[in-house]
Amino acid sequence: MRPALALGAVLSATALAAALVSLIWTPYDITTLTIAQKLQPPSAAHWFGTDHFGRDIAAMLMTGARTSLSVALVAVGIGAGLGVPLGLTAAARRDNWLDELIMRGNDLVFAFPSLVIAILITAVFGPSALNAIIAIGIFNIPVFARVTRAGALSLWTLDYIRAAQVAGKGAARISVEHILPNIANLLIVQGTIQFSLGILAEAGLSYVGLGAQPPTPSWGRMLAEAQTMVTLAPHVALFPGLAIVATVLGLNLLGDGLRDALDPRLRRRG
Amino acid sequence: MTRYLFKRLISLIASLVAASLVIFAMIEVIPGDPAAYMLGLNAAPDTVAALRDSLGLNQSLPLRYLGWITGMMTGDFGISYTYKVPVADLVAARLTVSLPLALMALLLSTAIALPIGILAAARRGRATDLAAMGATQLGIAVPNFWFAMLLVLVFAIHWRLFPAGGFPGWANPAEALRALTLPAIALALPQAAILARVLRSALIETLGQDYIRTARAKGLSRRQTLTRHALRNALIPVLTILGMQFSFLLAGAIIIENVFYIPGLGRLIFQAITQRDLIVVESVVMILVFAVILVTFLTDLAYASADPRLRTPR
Repeated sequence: MRPALALGAVLSATALAAALVSLIWTPYDITTLTIAQKLQPPSAAHWFGTDHFGRDIAAMLMTGARTSLSVALVAVGIGAGLGVPLGLTAAARRDNWLDELIMRGNDLVFAFPSLVIAILITAVFGPSALNAIIAIGIFNIPVFARVTRAGALSLWTLDYIRAAQVAGKGAARISVEHILPNIANLLIVQGTIQFSLGILAEAGLSYVGLGAQPPTPSWGRMLAEAQTMVTLAPHVALFPGLAIVATVLGLNLLGDGLRDALDPRLRRRG
Repeated sequence: MTRYLFKRLISLIASLVAASLVIFAMIEVIPGDPAAYMLGLNAAPDTVAALRDSLGLNQSLPLRYLGWITGMMTGDFGISYTYKVPVADLVAARLTVSLPLALMALLLSTAIALPIGILAAARRGRATDLAAMGATQLGIAVPNFWFAMLLVLVFAIHWRLFPAGGFPGWANPAEALRALTLPAIALALPQAAILARVLRSALIETLGQDYIRTARAKGLSRRQTLTRHALRNALIPVLTILGMQFSFLLAGAIIIENVFYIPGLGRLIFQAITQRDLIVVESVVMILVFAVILVTFLTDLAYASADPRLRTPR
């Protein structure tokens, strides 16, 4: 296994494991406030120190991982769930009005400044993790539609697809049975990239107060709360940031590594 | 070319109409009564009624849409509800901060990305390339607002080289530029990382072409082929990314402008959204979308005039 792919897999797995373990165990209870213990530097008792309410930062990061990962993952699900069928349809009806309509619709979504619209959605419908998911998910749809269409278009010209057509299979059946399995690699790679972008977007939205609301911890909001204390206790801002960097880096390395591993042409080019 | 231009122009107008309909629906239809939304839950019914009247909300939806669009086309973007000044003046004032900030960030990201991308492509597969690509991976993964906090901690609080936030205005250009330096660096880092990666892969792609081999066979050195032939062709995807990044920087600086309390366009939208000033939100979002659609249109035209293959239909 390539070192970058291995590192990506380890970092991503660590974030996932932290989120899953936090469901049953965290080193400290994050709902208990111990003001006497506030802003403690990292120590044997509190590996990453404590925040301004005396809560253990390691425990907060573990629980925050759950928010970040689930928001980004569901947003990828929305993007793939709607974008892939749209892309498959566009490719099956290539150069037809339906293809044109889908692709122009995609261009339209791309023309909107994503962060502005995400902020607008959360502002109109109220800040919450669910609205953050919707806001991030909407912008994943055109990405998946484009990747799917591009991958599917080249397949539609191949002989075995023609053979399937001659055998009497309809466009929908060919798309599901023959096209989809052959572009799965592309979609997995794109999925990892959108997943990492989703984590950054969720952190940004939570940072400006429009993501998950208290008491649900999230990495972005931990950073926002740390901002006023950064001179007193830099560790409060350091660890949530490192958690985001490590997870996003891990997913990006995983995505790149998977692309290289799954595409034999890239393996030779390096 | 005329036919191509005509087709692109129709598609430009269609995109603008569709975008304006989406924005109008999102701001004036989905929240229910915009006047009640703007005034909040505790507003007295007659205050809401007065605002409805002054905003022209008693008119039918199609009439309101047409009024908004014709106003936008004549430069009348409405009066801000919170600032009580024309939105056009607000936008113009904020652009004097956001535009230089975006330009600074763009220049900075290009200045960082060009040498890294070229070096990585020239030394592909070697330690320099691996280090450069590792650094760009890290650059993409760092949230810019966190990076901004670290910059403030080190350069504003510890070393006191730059102000931690705020903007003194352009009366003293040196101070103004100093205030924009840290935000520009925070914005430029992730953009530089993306740009360096795009440049590297475009260069590697170009360096594999036959004409590069011919140039080498004719006796040009590696460096000469790289700078005279490969770089020029690799710049096309780089320019595309730069175009996209510029429109992103204009609107996408929302969070960074908030971190540094910079009175730019991003902070204007954010404040307008939180203060429920829908008139400002609606017009500013439309202006930003218009800018993105126009930049895409102009880029397409520039490519089509340079490369005739792009004019013919697929």
